[in-house]
Amino acid sequence: MTTLATEPRAAAAPSPGTRSLEKASRGDRAFRAALTLTSVAIPVLLGFLLWELWTGSALARQTFGLDFITTSEWDPVAERFGALPLIFGTLLSSFLALLIAVPLSLGVAIYLTEFAPMPLRQPIANVIGLLAAIPSVVYGLWGIFVLIPVLRTTVYPFLKQLFGFTPFFQGPIYGPSMLSASVILAIMVMPYIMSVSREVLLAVPPSQREAALALGATRWEAVRSAVVPYARTGIMGAIILGLGRALGETMAVTMLIGNRHEIAASLFAPGYTMAAVIANEFAEAATDMHFSALTYVALVLFGVTVLVNACARLLIWRVARRSGAGSSAL
Amino acid sequence: MRRRAFRRFKSNVMTALLMLSVLIAVLPLVFILVNLIIKGAGSLSIDFFTKMPAPAGESGGGVAHAIVGSLLMVGTACLIGIPVGIGAGIFSAEYPGSKLATMTRFVADVLNGTPSIVIGVFAWTWIVANQKHFSGFAGSVALAILMVPMVMRTTEEMIRLVPNSLREAALALGFQRWRTSLQIVLMTALPGILTGALLAVARVAGETAPLLFTALGSQYMSTRLNEPMAALPLTVYTYATGPFEEWHRYAWAAALVLIILVFLLNIGARLATRRMARLRG
Repeated sequence: MTTLATEPRAAAAPSPGTRSLEKASRGDRAFRAALTLTSVAIPVLLGFLLWELWTGSALARQTFGLDFITTSEWDPVAERFGALPLIFGTLLSSFLALLIAVPLSLGVAIYLTEFAPMPLRQPIANVIGLLAAIPSVVYGLWGIFVLIPVLRTTVYPFLKQLFGFTPFFQGPIYGPSMLSASVILAIMVMPYIMSVSREVLLAVPPSQREAALALGATRWEAVRSAVVPYARTGIMGAIILGLGRALGETMAVTMLIGNRHEIAASLFAPGYTMAAVIANEFAEAATDMHFSALTYVALVLFGVTVLVNACARLLIWRVARRSGAGSSAL
Repeated sequence: MRRRAFRRFKSNVMTALLMLSVLIAVLPLVFILVNLIIKGAGSLSIDFFTKMPAPAGESGGGVAHAIVGSLLMVGTACLIGIPVGIGAGIFSAEYPGSKLATMTRFVADVLNGTPSIVIGVFAWTWIVANQKHFSGFAGSVALAILMVPMVMRTTEEMIRLVPNSLREAALALGFQRWRTSLQIVLMTALPGILTGALLAVARVAGETAPLLFTALGSQYMSTRLNEPMAALPLTVYTYATGPFEEWHRYAWAAALVLIILVFLLNIGARLATRRMARLRG
């Protein structure tokens, strides 16, 4: 009380008080203006990015239109460009990567939230999280010199023997191939899917599994029938987030996919992705049309990833809102 | 009774399978680290850090130019990206209801999900195409754009964690609003913000794709940002895809240096978080 009582007297002292108040509001206004500026900079940047991609790809968009994404010819000399093999390669490699990564990362996430001994949970999650910290180019290096030789000499012949009757595992076994790129992608997206779905599983109320256990379910049945269904939407979000990562991944894929503009049925054959073609050809492009076509590819890639990420966030956000948790998953 | 035993058996089998998935998931990390050490550590020497690469076919030499280039470019990227990220983060935490904050948050998420190669194309059309030459600065800008959304989101989250009572106490003591924000709120959240910044640095330090056609890479020592510049990840890429045995040796060693750097930054970030957690507790 006494401090409050002295306050007005100090402020009432002739002019300095009002002056400091004025200064205060001026300081506040300047502060807010500076913050607003940095805050505005981000949307402006995105707008600028879109504008640059749009105008940069104008030449190719006007020449090829939507045929760009439905034709397969890629000939920089004749200035004819079609991105279908690239789009196909991006989608297929990401899909295969998810096929490998999703069961694994969900297994890890479920084990870590439901079964693992308490003191091991966080350390294991941290260790697998380290996978996300490894730079893409290091994955590429490791892929070229360690993973591919192993896959080519042991795994691929085995797969060929087992599934050789299907068109997907026929033909000569190359080292750099669609399948090799997918395997490295799977390793790279796994930590993302794992950590987000782990957070979603942690947000499942304990009452869900307790109720299942009380009804006599085994631990697996409780997970299967109570925990996972409750977290389904969020897990879907985690998977799509992983998909977003896989679609845009550049270096490791460029180094492992073999870089050939072709749609092949066999997964042992080399392929190409949108990100990889930009990485390989942009610095060496010679004509305006070539640059423009590559920028067009970047525009398509940008559009696809924005769409995919928006879906993921929508799903995760719905779960987060319902449970009031998992906000850091965003 | 038989059915009960079967169900318990099934539960145990599934648990074992889940455990197996953890083993499989940890395996790549172990292999990558072991391979990096086996193939990279032998080439690490004082020369590796202080000398320029030897001509193709000769042994010896180092990647001093790439280390210097990486430090310069990442440093410049920090100078641009961290203030913008922190400023925008403070804004959206301190004025959370405003339309601008909502929009910035959304846009930051979009940027965060944008492939780094697309950011590289943007930096090329914006800077390289206009200047008509490759430059380390264009690379820095691309890296800065990658940093901004990461720094912004962690700043925002960390500031949200600062108890409102602290803010009210400062205001009640007659602190002006901006001083409250900077001296009380920001200072309290600083360890957390530092974590976010360090993680952002760790991520862009390993980025190759946005540098491919902005900084381009170089065989020479270059300390000027308006020239093509070498960087560690670019060096790993060039040497790994090159034809010479000697180059591959460089690539492994450079990758080992890169990963030690990235892990150190990650550990630093984690230590800062721990301090933040203690502060909160």
